Amino acid sequence: MARTTTKDAQDLFHSLRSAYASTPTNLKIIDLYVMFAVFTALIQVAYMAIVGSFPFNSFLSGVLSCIGTAVLAVCLRIQVNKENKEFKDLPPERAFADFVLCNLVLHLVIMNFLG
Amino acid sequence: IRNGGKSDSVNGHKSGSNQSPSLKSDLISPTMFNLKTLKLKTKQQELLIRVTILCLVYVLAFITRLFSVLRYESMIHEFDPCFNYRTTLFLTQKGFYGFWNWFDSESWYPLGRIIGDTLYPGLMVTAALMYWTLRFLRFAVHIREVCVLGAPFFASNTTLVAYFFGKEIGDLGFRGRPCGSCTDSDLPWLHLEIRSYDNEGVAIFALLLTFYLFVKAVNTGSLAWALASAFGYFYMVSAWGGYVFIINLVPLYVMVLLITGRYSMRLYVAYNCMYVLGMLLAMQIRFVGFQHVQSGEHMAAMGVFFLLQVFYFLDWVKHMLSDTKLFQAFLRITVTTAVVVGVVALGALQLGISHHGRAASTLLLDPTYAKDHIPIIASVSEHQPTAWSSFMFDFHSLLFLFPAGLYFCFKRLSDATIFLVMYGLTSMYFAGVMVRLILVATPAVCLISAIAVSATIKNLTRLVRAKNKVPSTGSSKGASSTKSSSKASLDQSLPFQRNGAIALLVGAFYLLSKYATHCTWVTSEAYSSPSIVLAARGAYGNRVIFYDYREAYFWLRQNTPPDAKVMSWWDYGYQITAMGNRTVIVDNNTWNNTHIATVGRAMSSYEDEAYEIMRSLDVDYVLVVFGGVTGYSSDDINKFLWMVRIGGGVFPVIKEPDYLVNGEYRVDKGAAPKMLNCLMYKLSYYRFGELMTEYGKPPGYDRARGVEIGNKDVKLEYLEEVFTTSNWIVRIYKVKPPNNRW
Repeated sequence: MARTTTKDAQDLFHSLRSAYASTPTNLKIIDLYVMFAVFTALIQVAYMAIVGSFPFNSFLSGVLSCIGTAVLAVCLRIQVNKENKEFKDLPPERAFADFVLCNLVLHLVIMNFLG
Repeated sequence: IRNGGKSDSVNGHKSGSNQSPSLKSDLISPTMFNLKTLKLKTKQQELLIRVTILCLVYVLAFITRLFSVLRYESMIHEFDPCFNYRTTLFLTQKGFYGFWNWFDSESWYPLGRIIGDTLYPGLMVTAALMYWTLRFLRFAVHIREVCVLGAPFFASNTTLVAYFFGKEIGDLGFRGRPCGSCTDSDLPWLHLEIRSYDNEGVAIFALLLTFYLFVKAVNTGSLAWALASAFGYFYMVSAWGGYVFIINLVPLYVMVLLITGRYSMRLYVAYNCMYVLGMLLAMQIRFVGFQHVQSGEHMAAMGVFFLLQVFYFLDWVKHMLSDTKLFQAFLRITVTTAVVVGVVALGALQLGISHHGRAASTLLLDPTYAKDHIPIIASVSEHQPTAWSSFMFDFHSLLFLFPAGLYFCFKRLSDATIFLVMYGLTSMYFAGVMVRLILVATPAVCLISAIAVSATIKNLTRLVRAKNKVPSTGSSKGASSTKSSSKASLDQSLPFQRNGAIALLVGAFYLLSKYATHCTWVTSEAYSSPSIVLAARGAYGNRVIFYDYREAYFWLRQNTPPDAKVMSWWDYGYQITAMGNRTVIVDNNTWNNTHIATVGRAMSSYEDEAYEIMRSLDVDYVLVVFGGVTGYSSDDINKFLWMVRIGGGVFPVIKEPDYLVNGEYRVDKGAAPKMLNCLMYKLSYYRFGELMTEYGKPPGYDRARGVEIGNKDVKLEYLEEVFTTSNWIVRIYKVKPPNNRW
């Protein structure tokens, strides 16, 4: 059972890797950004677990800025991805402009909330 | 001659005739000018009609709410608006930082109240912004006018937003014009309860705006619209505590879409952007604070957020792996890791999340909660469950148009109509639990009924118009006999169909006009009386106005020392602070139950015990409201049992059965002895025993209770009467300082 599972896992890993290799470069960049943001959020949570959660608003604003920008980047990726039929008549410049605007608002609120 | 005759008879159909115009055509053609002579295309005609209707509706929504302003004067009425007015005044005088950091020592003596942290600033900031804009444009308005007229203004704006919402939903299935005009006709009657300067006026606008923007975001999948809906949500959070409805309805909607399989990428974009940005913006309001991540009421939104991430991630992986076997393996691995991580996280999070929602929310889910646990919330009349008569009174025809509309929504399911159906059903449930929440249900009911009306009218008008087409096609096509015979039979049944359709149309319009009349009547009679000024019919049927409240508050303002403290029941707190400008012990904010219970205990004790309590609170004056002379039934004696219950909830020395006789609440000779000697009784009926209130009845006849009072010989030892208004409605007593020691 375990052997089939590990074999399955290996097959899975290989096929995922090969499928992912075929995605266009711009999408890969966005994915990298998302990974970076989530990683930063995890570091902040780990730090909070060590030193305690006071002041809570600073913690929240830090974590939420990372999660927020990650989520917005995923939305950008969805809108820019050529394979999505729903967004085929949305110019990528417009998608990027929306992304920048939302990030601007996000970071302004974060700066107010940081304390 | 022939041409001349033609020009005379057909001048209505021709645009300003080029032939030499006779006198008749000169007179008649201007009246026929509008639509036909402009030779507008149908689209432009439609636009013109729509814009006209919209403008009319806007104006109508505004002026319907002006009944009380026209009948009495432009003033703030009811209780909560007094507080809102006072805070808005403070904001305009001291600026935003003064307002945000305000500590009010004039209420809840000796505790004070941190106003900046404990209110929803949306309404005040909106009114102040309008005031500053008007001032900037050099209109010298007084802030009170802005406040009083602000609510009607926002009601008009709400009808506008509801129109766009209707268009967003209706665009998909319905012809533009019928839906637009029917939504418009329903909308002016939208918020019968928004007539005072209260949070709900702005909140319903914000609610509808948020919903509209969110539905637009889901329909278009654009980040910009989702950002706009996040701002709409921020506005809603700043305006009213009812924002919890939005933060629960939207995730519920997302769940329903996920379950029914109607999800799409647009949903992901819309919800995520709105949730993260909305949550962050909402936490900027200090009164809300960290509730979005801590309180149980907001957890649904967060849960759906995480669920959405997982769901779409799995969807993406499935899309990448074209082999289902591999995907199942992937599922197996991830599910096991997720369960492990979940258990660990749950253990860690037990420390942080509070499981208690606010009491009011618990009340919504379990209507009997308040009666057993929190008498204060149960005592507010607006929190009672709704009776059918209230529904009928407020909604009239919409009550049976609502199910019809639901049917039409289900017939043309789309993302937007699903949202509308969910909004309608959940808000109707909550409206049934608490009277005040009929407000929240009204936009949904109006929109759904509008859909029913527009669908019906569209079908009927199509029937009416169809006849013109068929004969021509029947005659031009010389096709097979079956076709022509079927057409012939259609032709034959049509006359009745057409008449039936016209009759139904007339009936529908009659129904709508009856509805409109009813709504105007309701607004005029029931929702336009300022509670600070009472009106009644005199002996000759003329209107008699009682200004007792204002008389009393101005007396307080002018005849008491500026640092005097007034004790009254919490209902009048805001008004005393706003109009009497004196410090109060408890007010409508009801944030401190023990303090209110102390006042309740004082009111229900014997005079000497009450004097001790009053001395400990530094009370200088006591104010009671008494309706025995005028028959006013919302006075303190009728509210007295609530004082007993609330006081008894904290101080067990006060027991409710002491004041009742066989479970019955009486004030006449057969009343309980504790009742006949408690402070509230004494203060209400002092010197009342000698008064003749009604012809043919003995002196001391209480017109509100309809009985002769039991204890007519009331003597006060520690208080003295200083003021009673002309109709005895408000009575003020001064607390005597203690006697000099021997």
